[in-house]
Amino acid sequence: MRVAVVIPAYNEEKAIGKVIKEVRACCSHVFVVDDGSNDATAEVARAAGAMVLRHVLNRGQGAALATGIAAALESGADIIVTFDADGQMDPKDIASLVAPIEAGLCDVALGSRFLVRHCEEAEGRRGNPGRDRFAGVRDDNKERQRMPLIRKLTLKVALAFTQLTTGLKLTDTHNGLRAFSRQAAFDLELHCDRMAHASEILEEINRHGWRYREVPVHIRYTEYSMKKGQKLSGAFKILRDLIMSSWTRE
Amino acid sequence: MFAFQIIVILFCLYAALRVWQKMKVRGLNRRWAIFWLVFWLGVGLVVALPWTTSLLAARLGVTRGVDLVVYIAIIALFYFIFRLTVKIEKLEGNITKLVREVALKDQTKG
Repeated sequence: MRVAVVIPAYNEEKAIGKVIKEVRACCSHVFVVDDGSNDATAEVARAAGAMVLRHVLNRGQGAALATGIAAALESGADIIVTFDADGQMDPKDIASLVAPIEAGLCDVALGSRFLVRHCEEAEGRRGNPGRDRFAGVRDDNKERQRMPLIRKLTLKVALAFTQLTTGLKLTDTHNGLRAFSRQAAFDLELHCDRMAHASEILEEINRHGWRYREVPVHIRYTEYSMKKGQKLSGAFKILRDLIMSSWTRE
Repeated sequence: MFAFQIIVILFCLYAALRVWQKMKVRGLNRRWAIFWLVFWLGVGLVVALPWTTSLLAARLGVTRGVDLVVYIAIIALFYFIFRLTVKIEKLEGNITKLVREVALKDQTKG
């Protein structure tokens, strides 16, 4: 199956080259959407071997993802993976996300920081029989303990909100590492241009009744990625975007 | 009649005339034109005969006519802000579509 990785990037000239090289070691079809950067993101990405699409104006991560997915579909991709440009995601997780879709077990695979693999750590430590080799088990002892209290609370509220609005019971939300089957990517309608697209994707899963599953992924927090990461105030912007998008959608 | 009233009435008449001209010359939407005509003539009437608002206010259970005008103005402003926000969101969406089309076309060329 042809796997394509879509990376939205805005002013990421420092990190994007290394990210593309790492991703290309796992997958040869990499689409970078330069979302109107003011730096050399597009040039660095092209030099690193990615197909580069350029937004002439900055339209936000959601808009860039939708553009990348459209290009990947045009290129004939069977599975489309979304990946961040700041280097905090581990390209080795791409295979874990793709595997359940390839096996026909789900239409969408969502990365979760709070799960560990059955077959690796969890199975030995918890004596889990590992009935499903693609799934994971909740791991409260690692990521959650490392998070500051305010982030933990925000995450709890976000998870409760997600369950309330979409009916999906998840362990992580707004994790940018996900994979879609070709059909799901084709049917996916993204209206939120900025950060609210992550919630919109979950709404789409619910609306279409897609089979989904969470897959354990590893997030590498670096000083650079923490600096570029979302702030707490972003939660309010996301809420505002979601409300506006539901009002203006035709 | 105070000078203030005369100035506002003249302005309202000018605004109503402009709406009329726009409807005739540039094909302004008839419904919108009627709305703005009624609006400006209404403002002119209220300024020329302030007691008319008290009459209406008493019927609606508001003590003073001026209060009624302020209430209506606030509600109308909120409504216009809402309409504008929705319109801006739609425009943003259209800009994104345009930017996406350009990006996909340029990629095909490249």
